[in-house]
Amino acid sequence: MKFSTTWLKDHLETDASLQEIVDTLNAIGLEVEGVEDPAEKLAGFTVAKVLTAKKHPDADKLQVLTVDTGEGDPLQVVCGAPNARAGMMGVLGQPGAVVPSNGMELRKSAIRGVESNGMMCSVRELELGEDHDGIIELPEDAPVGYSFADYHGSSPIIDVAITPNRPDCMGVYGIARDLAAAGLGTLKPIAFPEFTAEGACPVEIRTDDPEGCPAFYGRVIKGVKNGPSPDWLVQRLKSAGQRPISLLVDLTNYLMLAFGRPAHAYDVAKLHGAVVARRATKGEQVLALNEKTYTLDESMVVIADDKEVHDIAGIMGGENSGVQDDTTDVLLEIAYFDPPRIGVTGRKLGLASDARTRFERGVDPAFLQEGLDLLTGLIVELAGGQASEAVQAGSPPSEPKVLSFDTARTVRLGGVEVSADEQRRILESLDFAVGDDWQVTCPLRRHDIEGPADLVEEVVRIHGLDKVESVALPRVEGVARPTATADQVVERKLRRAAAASGLNEAITWSFLPEDEAAHFADSAALWALANPISEDMKVMRPSLLPGLLNAAKRAATRGSASTRLFEIGRRYFRGSDGLSDERSTLGVVLAGEKTARSWATGKAQMFDAYDAKAAATQLLEAAGAPAGNLMVMGEAGSQFHPGQSGTLRLGPKKVLARFGMVHPATLKALDVDGPIAAVEIFLDAIPQKKAWKGAKSFARPSFTPPALQSVTRDFAFLVPEALPAAELVRAVKGADKANITDVGVFDVFAGQGVPEGRKSVAVEVTLQPAEKSYKDADLKAISDAIVAAAAKQGAELRG
Amino acid sequence: MTDLTQQKNEALTAIAGAASLDALDEERVAALGKKGWVSLALKTLGGMSPEERQQAAPAIQAVRAEIAEAIELKKAQLETAELEAKLASETIDLTLPAPAQAKGSVHPVSQVMDELAEIFADLGFEVATGPEIEDDWHNFTALNMDESHPARAMHDTFYFPDKTADGGEILLRTHTSPVQIRSMQQVAKENSGGAPMRLIAPGRVYRSDSDATHTPMFHQVEGLVIDRNIHLGHLKWTLETFLKAFFERDDIVLRLRPSYFPFTEPSVEVDVGYSHEGGRRVVGGSGDDAGHDWMELLGSGMVNARVLEMGGFDPQVWQGFAWGLGVDRLAMLKYGMNDLRAFFDGDPRWLSHYGFSPFDQPTLSAGVGAGA
Repeated sequence: MKFSTTWLKDHLETDASLQEIVDTLNAIGLEVEGVEDPAEKLAGFTVAKVLTAKKHPDADKLQVLTVDTGEGDPLQVVCGAPNARAGMMGVLGQPGAVVPSNGMELRKSAIRGVESNGMMCSVRELELGEDHDGIIELPEDAPVGYSFADYHGSSPIIDVAITPNRPDCMGVYGIARDLAAAGLGTLKPIAFPEFTAEGACPVEIRTDDPEGCPAFYGRVIKGVKNGPSPDWLVQRLKSAGQRPISLLVDLTNYLMLAFGRPAHAYDVAKLHGAVVARRATKGEQVLALNEKTYTLDESMVVIADDKEVHDIAGIMGGENSGVQDDTTDVLLEIAYFDPPRIGVTGRKLGLASDARTRFERGVDPAFLQEGLDLLTGLIVELAGGQASEAVQAGSPPSEPKVLSFDTARTVRLGGVEVSADEQRRILESLDFAVGDDWQVTCPLRRHDIEGPADLVEEVVRIHGLDKVESVALPRVEGVARPTATADQVVERKLRRAAAASGLNEAITWSFLPEDEAAHFADSAALWALANPISEDMKVMRPSLLPGLLNAAKRAATRGSASTRLFEIGRRYFRGSDGLSDERSTLGVVLAGEKTARSWATGKAQMFDAYDAKAAATQLLEAAGAPAGNLMVMGEAGSQFHPGQSGTLRLGPKKVLARFGMVHPATLKALDVDGPIAAVEIFLDAIPQKKAWKGAKSFARPSFTPPALQSVTRDFAFLVPEALPAAELVRAVKGADKANITDVGVFDVFAGQGVPEGRKSVAVEVTLQPAEKSYKDADLKAISDAIVAAAAKQGAELRG
Repeated sequence: MTDLTQQKNEALTAIAGAASLDALDEERVAALGKKGWVSLALKTLGGMSPEERQQAAPAIQAVRAEIAEAIELKKAQLETAELEAKLASETIDLTLPAPAQAKGSVHPVSQVMDELAEIFADLGFEVATGPEIEDDWHNFTALNMDESHPARAMHDTFYFPDKTADGGEILLRTHTSPVQIRSMQQVAKENSGGAPMRLIAPGRVYRSDSDATHTPMFHQVEGLVIDRNIHLGHLKWTLETFLKAFFERDDIVLRLRPSYFPFTEPSVEVDVGYSHEGGRRVVGGSGDDAGHDWMELLGSGMVNARVLEMGGFDPQVWQGFAWGLGVDRLAMLKYGMNDLRAFFDGDPRWLSHYGFSPFDQPTLSAGVGAGA
């Protein structure tokens, strides 16, 4: 909230400088978000004396003035104000000054042919009030030539962020009280203008919802005269950023801004019968002051009469019964509403207001009658009228919280030594009543105080958080152990392995457009936001690929010929328990050229499915998966090219990764140009290394490299065209597990010389002798076993 | 003998003049081959008397050795010349580009999270995680923000239309604080009433907010310390120590200001001093020093007794502190990026420029920060 230092000094007797005030506010938890000095806006405006005033030769309503500026020759100024006359003191804006109300820079000009060297200003032009009937008239003793800002005493405006726990500081008076407690001055007593209350209140006031509205105080003032507010009030409201409306409205706002006490004034002429706080009925409607109609339900409190609802209680008044310029009789409402009910109502209606902000956080239950009397006194003083006696319907909470406080808690929790006397002084200065036995009675307005920790906070913040000294955390005993979980360790390895293989790590949004998500998973399994920020960010991603494909698309648009991206993050599904099932996943997208065209290799080479397979296999190995046992199988999913994709599995059901070329239909759905190769690795499927079990788990199985040289033998087989090469390799490997250590495919060929429906697959088999070198007979036996094993897959040795 | 000498001289001249290994070999055959003149001369020794042989043999042997040596010498010369000629013919242009291995990179957010894990490992903090799709209870209620709490409205929460089994809202976590609750509950399950804890919880969080400095998704790291006698002084030390280690500067100065968070009491806003250098904010020094200012860095405080209770801890025995900190912002402050939105755009050019080599793994011994 914003307020001027002048306003603050209405309530705080202090000679502290602006900087001291700002520093103290920050130090006690009332964070200063900004300081604005209106004097800056008044730069160039000075006190001036009108020496002569003559009619403008060519305009009836204009006058030509000569004005004494305090230095040099008098200036000629053209002025349209009816009150301008010789001998008056006013405010002159000279060329170069900027008019605060419209931002226009004043210039030397000719008005209807007469030179004008500036402007004599009205209150409104300088944003000091609403009056625009004439130019400002200053007292005769005003010093000519003096800066008007200094003369006027425009004070700096402080903008303070009030945390939700401190509604008691949502009024200037409350802020003054905190500053006084912090030693910045003395809190002044509230000045109550006197008035006499006569006669019973002519309007019946009740609360029929004592739970939602425990107390409804009010009174009628008859015969008031509404109109513009006096300058002091306008200035205060403006410093708070409020637009002055009319005296009666402004005074209720003043009560709220100065004392944190929202109030409402009704035009009695618009009321019919008793005015009652009650639950709304379902479907009941009200036209609020913001000219919108709200439909209410029975959880909400309203103020209504026999005919209609006049107020969404604690949030916003009704359009039909608010005070107008011609209002003569007003009913004042000062009520206490149940804070949670106000909060829920405000959220349901999506309606924010200054009153709601205060009521939902909790206003001072002890400031109802005082607030009513203060408002009444101000109205009677400024708008006249006769006040009735007050009505008190219901009663606000009055049972104060009493806490047993151990002053040692301050050092135990706050880490700073504060003497018991000082603790007592601080609490008492904030209106806590501290008994000799340290039973602390909390002021009713401090809804935020729940337990001793809150009292520690009060003491520490006023004493000064800067006095808290750093104290080292004791070291954890014992040997350092890994602090990351096994999952995190796998993620880290994968991340750095992926980056080392030439991929750039991206982080893309967790949410996708609905249609893109639907392309990757059944919509029923997905989480769709109720209030997405846009339709492009609606559904929690079931795959990392759309985000990466979109990034690759953007990169291509920006001219990238080759994009290699990966991301490690979660995919979001609906678990069997209906709750979130979040699965850690690595996604890779390889788009465009694997190698650019070059002098050495000629044409550019595009990424293909084998690049995806290589990435998947290498990364899985880096993550600790048993790469040798991985099987390539189909069913990578409909997002992939059916003939150029696969999964890597351990056993038929455990899918560790999928890879391959992205399906052209997927690319089309995402509006991405292909071909693009992609990989998804499912981290939760990677078998975890066994838990750490002391030094023992570091030792590897024993191993000595074989002494004898390994030998290789080549075999070329004719196999059925559809036989996956891996099947042949597995068969060959299995032919003699003791001797065969590796089988590599070095040629695959179909076409000329190979019968229709067959292909030639050539493998190199590595044999490792154990204790003795192979003899011809040994090698023949192994070869025969290999050929026999291959034959079972339909393979015949090529002649 | 003159014959032999003359023959030898002629042969030596021929050997010296051999233009190639082949020509040299012809000379070798002519002299030392089966029918070469040296071999023939040696054969004549067989028909001689022992006396004649004794006289003639050394001379012939000497000629033979001299010729052989000359051939070897010439052969080596010719081979060297031939190799040199071959190598000269094999010269290639090495200014042509060699095949390049693509360079990958680690995202700054990941790098900074690894740095945080490293720094806090040294202080004995474990790394915890929790779900991003959370329920109302863990995200708000257990953190002392019941349904009507005004602070809830400040969180700009993303909701799902779904409800939990007991009717609670399901939402995207607005902070990493629910991990505190889940971790406390886990600890309390194994240690009735609670036990000492030190953890950090990094991860994605979400707020329905999008402008130049806010993205609907960002990263936080939560910190939690619970023990019997932990107080604000420990909080201050821990944050100072961490920030000094993170920025690798001894002159980090913190300013603690009272604030309000429902889950802590007392609550503390932590500012750090910084200066402007070359248009960038550089953390270090007191904000009150000349040319310096304070910037809000994080929110923290002593864990609210109610939160401890919700986590299954006995607040009569245990107390501690917690903080929440923006990881993206921390990365920007340390490594000098100025646009948060670029973090999530996946532009390879940005990733290559601001990303990190996979071999810049933060370690205490090599340094947790990676130089530019």
